[in-house]
Amino acid sequence: MTSPVRKAAIGIFAAAFALAATGSTIAPVSAADPGVTDTEIVLGGSHPYSGPASGYGNIGKGIGAYFSYVNDKGGVNGRKIKYIDKDDGYSPPQAVQLVHQMVEQDKVFAIFDTLGTAVNTAIRPYLNQNGVPQLFVATGASTWGHDYQKFPWTIGWQPDYQAEAALYAHDILLNHPKAKIGVLYQNDDYGEDYNVGLKRGLGKHQDMIVKMASYETTDPSVGSQISTLKASGADVFLIFATPKFAIQAMVITAQQSWHPTIYLNNVSGAVPFMNAAAKAGGLSAVNGVISTIYLKDPANHARYAGDAGMKLYNEIMTKYLPSADKDDGNYLYGVSIAYTMCDVLKRAGKDLTRKKVMDIATNLVEKDNPWAYPGVMIRTSPTFRYPITQMITAKWLTTGWSPTGLLVDTRAMTMAEK
Amino acid sequence: MHDLAQQIVSGLAQGSIFASLALALVLIYRAMGIINFAQGELAMFTTYIAWQLTQMGLPIWLAFAATVVVAFAGGVALERIVIRPVERANQLTIVIVTLGLFISINGLAGWFWGYIVKAFPTPFPTTPLQIGGVAFSAQDVGVIVVSVVTLGLISLFFQKTKLGLAMRAAALYPEQSRVLGIRVGWMLALGWGLASAVGAISGIMIAPVVFLDPNMMQSVLVYAFAAAVLGGIESPLGAVVGGLVLGVVINLLGTYVDAIGNELRLAAALAIIVVVLLVRPAGLFGRVTVQRV
Repeated sequence: MTSPVRKAAIGIFAAAFALAATGSTIAPVSAADPGVTDTEIVLGGSHPYSGPASGYGNIGKGIGAYFSYVNDKGGVNGRKIKYIDKDDGYSPPQAVQLVHQMVEQDKVFAIFDTLGTAVNTAIRPYLNQNGVPQLFVATGASTWGHDYQKFPWTIGWQPDYQAEAALYAHDILLNHPKAKIGVLYQNDDYGEDYNVGLKRGLGKHQDMIVKMASYETTDPSVGSQISTLKASGADVFLIFATPKFAIQAMVITAQQSWHPTIYLNNVSGAVPFMNAAAKAGGLSAVNGVISTIYLKDPANHARYAGDAGMKLYNEIMTKYLPSADKDDGNYLYGVSIAYTMCDVLKRAGKDLTRKKVMDIATNLVEKDNPWAYPGVMIRTSPTFRYPITQMITAKWLTTGWSPTGLLVDTRAMTMAEK
Repeated sequence: MHDLAQQIVSGLAQGSIFASLALALVLIYRAMGIINFAQGELAMFTTYIAWQLTQMGLPIWLAFAATVVVAFAGGVALERIVIRPVERANQLTIVIVTLGLFISINGLAGWFWGYIVKAFPTPFPTTPLQIGGVAFSAQDVGVIVVSVVTLGLISLFFQKTKLGLAMRAAALYPEQSRVLGIRVGWMLALGWGLASAVGAISGIMIAPVVFLDPNMMQSVLVYAFAAAVLGGIESPLGAVVGGLVLGVVINLLGTYVDAIGNELRLAAALAIIVVVLLVRPAGLFGRVTVQRV
């Protein structure tokens, strides 16, 4: 029994040695980082193409479409981008395995746009130990900006949840100073991030919160929580939830004849979700709901009719994802974040190293992302790693988000917090 | 006080969701003595069929009826094709097959219809109702009514028709039934068809509340298990009562018992399963079997 096993083991060792030996003789003296040749840059990433969060898989497809577009235009500094994008099913262990594979076998240059807080938290230590950039993760947890000293190879992109919640707090203090606030939040790090931001934003007015109700992702519905919140007498209702529960919350609120001013977190405010809520609960369930935006809304056709960025988006989508629903903001998110990725690679120049890319990503001022909301910049410094900090509150009016008020930069708030 | 009434009503609404799926679980259990883990996914899949039909312009009630028929046929076909080859294997094998079905059907639905949450049209009016300050929706009442009507029809079928009698006989005494000329295999297939049809009803009732996505039934399934066990896994009446009781109890526990709060609802449901199995394995409405030793 043991001898074939041993033989196999010896074989593997021998092969490994042989590989190591050839590797060391062929490797060029300049020791360029893996994943870059004269003609190609290999990036790795993973998205939930199956499982509970697979609605977000469209982000990965949007990224793929943009890279195809860039490659057809000649690539970045003469190199084509090869994006190895795998299905992690939103599962951290799966993602860890995929990332090991991509780094060790596929020899990717960097990991780009892995999605989900839990997934990214799980792969972060490995990537940082090995000095592999973990660029522009698709999650708004505050830890990406906050813990950069411990994890220097990791950086986020979208506004962090704490800042978003703080912005709602400011809006409430400004427009509903006498509000009684009820909060529905997901009982995990995700919901907790929002709560921290909300309390920070309210400052000494935290007693405005009359009730906080949590739900578990295993709850079939949030009916009971809504009843509790309604009974608390709250007249401003903050929803910090994932899309499915956010839709339920809006619909049940209308069904229970409760009429608070509703604030809805950005990730649950994508147009398909709002339409689903309107379909189930009637327009009154969604009209007047307040959220934030920082990207252009592809479903808002009237507003962006003449917009050059939106035109390009439609072109890219028509050519590379012809059957996709262009109104789904997830595609636009993908296209937009891929733009930042290409921008960073372009600025890093012909002589590409991981270190250099990280330097560029953390000294970035990108003012011309075609899909950022007008005026929104992507800005970082080595000590301030929250790329997007500007947002504008928007109100849902029948078919889409209508920006209200002015673009707000939460950078100062976040800096003060640090 | 008013808050309590509201919590009870929303508990009943939620309980009716558990009840309708629990009913389907009970039917399979009665037919084969197994728990069908794929029951929720079957319900989800047939609900997608209903959704597809409404997208094609069918009125919701018509789509509802058509789907129930399709679900019945699908359930029978599934038993014939997938379950029959392992029918004589031990129960664990069949349970594992249903687990496999669970995963396959889930993946298939995702492949066909995608994972984006979809709104499912409610067959009931959408205007909120209010009685004495307690708000609820016609949907909530509708689900309870439909569950009770389904329960009534099933009871009638089992008690008053020859076919129903034959199915009960085939489940309880397969060998004797065969001798009497009952085609036991087909009775099992009919049992699957029936459960699948009830599952479709359940899915269509639930979807307007929890919204349509391939994972919509997974959390419901756990609660439905608890409801079925609480009511007595062999009793359709028990499933409905168990579901409603469970809905109200976990709502009240979640709201008024701080130690449980909203975090431990699922744990409370599982605790109910354990306690029932320990204290009264037959559940509230199950027959206690006495064995002479």
